[in-house]
Amino acid sequence: MTIATADTLVRVRALRFAFGPRTIYDGIDLDIARGKVTAILGPSGTGKTTLLRLIGGQWKPDAGSIEFDGIDVHQQSRNALFALRKRMGLLFQSGALLTDLTVFENVAFPLREHTRLPESMIRDLVFMKLEAVGLRGAANLFPEQISGGMARRVALARAIALEPDMVMYDEPFTGQDPISMGVLIRLIRGLNQALGLTSVIVSHDVVEVLSISDYAYVVSGGKVLDHGTPEAIRASKSPLVQQFLNGEADGPVAFHYKSAKTYADDLMAARA
Amino acid sequence: MSFLSPLTDSLRGLGRASLFLLTIIATIPGAFLRPRLIVQQLYSVGVLSLIIIVISGSFIGMVLALQGYRTLVNFGAASSLGVLVALSIVRELGPVVTALLFAGRAGSALAAEIGLMKATDQLSGMEMMAVDPIKRVIAPRFIAGLIAMPLLASIFSMMAIGVAGGHAIGVELLGVDDGSYWSQINQAMHGRDIADMLIKATVFGLAISWIAVYQGYHAAPTSEGVSRATTSTVVVSSLAILALDFVLTAFMFH
Ligand SMILES: Nc1ncnc2c1ncn2[C@@H]1O[C@H](COP(=O)(O)OP(=O)(O)O)[C@@H](O)[C@H]1O
Ligand SMILES: [Mg+2]
Repeated sequence: MTIATADTLVRVRALRFAFGPRTIYDGIDLDIARGKVTAILGPSGTGKTTLLRLIGGQWKPDAGSIEFDGIDVHQQSRNALFALRKRMGLLFQSGALLTDLTVFENVAFPLREHTRLPESMIRDLVFMKLEAVGLRGAANLFPEQISGGMARRVALARAIALEPDMVMYDEPFTGQDPISMGVLIRLIRGLNQALGLTSVIVSHDVVEVLSISDYAYVVSGGKVLDHGTPEAIRASKSPLVQQFLNGEADGPVAFHYKSAKTYADDLMAARA
Repeated sequence: MSFLSPLTDSLRGLGRASLFLLTIIATIPGAFLRPRLIVQQLYSVGVLSLIIIVISGSFIGMVLALQGYRTLVNFGAASSLGVLVALSIVRELGPVVTALLFAGRAGSALAAEIGLMKATDQLSGMEMMAVDPIKRVIAPRFIAGLIAMPLLASIFSMMAIGVAGGHAIGVELLGVDDGSYWSQINQAMHGRDIADMLIKATVFGLAISWIAVYQGYHAAPTSEGVSRATTSTVVVSSLAILALDFVLTAFMFH
C-alpha cells in the first residue's frame, strides 16, 4: 500500500459479499485516504452502489471487514451505527430528496432530526449550505420543480449539513449535461478543499472522475483490477482496465452476453 | 413437500408482518413525542377519505330506509324505521363499509406513497442520514390510520342515520313521524352498540394501516412492485375486514 495507515479513513479488508448465488465482491481490499478524493471506477452492475451501502452499514458483508476511522462498521449497535452515519454523507444517484418537502426543508431535515438548534440558526445553516451549492434561490421549490443536476446539488447541500468527515457520491455525473457536469466537478473538488472532506466518487465516467481524484481503484468482476494515482491508472498495463478506460466493445469483457446457443441456431429455431 | 409451499410461504409472510408490527409498536412512544407528524398524517388520511365517507354514508342510509320502509309498512311498523336503520348501521354497515372505503382510498394511497419512497431511495436516504424510517415515516402513518378509522366510522354512521341519510328518506319523503324516528332509536340503541362499533372500527383501522405500511415498505423497488403493493393492500385489507367482522360479531353477539 502506498498510503500510510494513519491517514486512512476507511479501510476495507478481504470483503466478500453476494446477493444470493451471485458474488458481487470476492475478497477486496481498499483504502480511502483522509482528506483526499478517491475514485472507485467500474462498469455498471459491478457493485459500486453496493460497496457504498456496505460502507454505510446498510448491508452486511459475508466476510471481511470495513472500518471507518478505526471503528468496525458492522460490529456496532444500532445507535452506534447511527452515530457513525452522521459522520458520512451518501449522495444517491437519484438524489433521494424527500418529495413532500421543499428544497429548504430537505436541507434542514438532518438538522431538525439530529439537533435542537433554534429555528433562526437552522435557517442560517441551511442558507449557508444552499449558497455553497449555488441554490439559495431555489429554497422554496419542491424537488419535482428542479432539474436532475440541481437535485444532486441539493442532495449535496443536505449531505454536508451535519458537517460529516466523508461524503460518498454515487455516479454524480451520470445523465448530466456538460454544464451541470462542470458545475458538479468543481463543486466536489471545491468542497473537498474548503471543508477538509474525504470524498469517495463511485462512477463509470472515467475521464471526468480521474480529472478530480487523487487516487483511484478500478473494480470489476468482484476484484480490484488496479489502483493508483490517475496517471498510473491511465498507464495501466491491465488489458481489462484499458478496455474500460477506452470504452472498447471488444476485449477481455465481451460485448455479447453469454448464450448457450449459437446465433445461427437461434435464427434457425424460428423457422423450424 | 412442494405442495406445502404456499402454506409455508404465507406463514413466513405472516411472521415477517408480525415482526414488522412489533417494530412499529416499539417506535410508537417515540412517535408521540412529535405529534406534529401524526397530525399531518391524520389530516391527509382523514381529508382524503372524508368526502367519500360522507357521500357513501348518506346513500347507504337512504337505501336502507327505502328497503326497510317497504318491509316494515306491511307490518304496520313503519315508525320503527329509525331503529332498523340505526342498528344496521351502527352494528354492521358503519364500521364495515367505512373500512372497505378507507382501505380503497387511504390504504392504497399509503402503500403507494411508502412504496414510491422506497423505490426512489428516500427511505434508504433517511437511513443513511441516521434517521429511522420506521419511526419517522411508518409510525406516524400507522398511528394516524388507527385514529382516523373510528372517527370516520362515526361520521359515516351519523350521516347514514341522520338528516342526509335514513332520516331524509324516512321522515321527509315517506312521512314517518320525526319524533318516533328518534325516540325509538333512543330506546333501542345502547351505549354498548356504540362501543362495539368503535371497537370494530379500531380493529379494522389497525388491520388496514398494518397491511398498507407493510405492503408499501416491502414493495419491490420498481413501478411494478409499487402497483402490486397497492393492489394487494386493497385485496388483503378487504378480506381481512370481512373475516375480522365475522369474528368480532360472533364475540359481541350476546
Ligand atoms: N437488493 C438487491 N438484491 C439482489 N441483487 C441486487 C440488489 N441490488 C443490486 N443487485 C445486483 O447487484 C449487482 C450490483 O449492483 P450495483 O451495486 O447497483 O451495481 P453498480 O452500482 O456498480 O451499477 C447488480 O447486478 C444488481 O442487479
Ligand atoms: Mg450504481
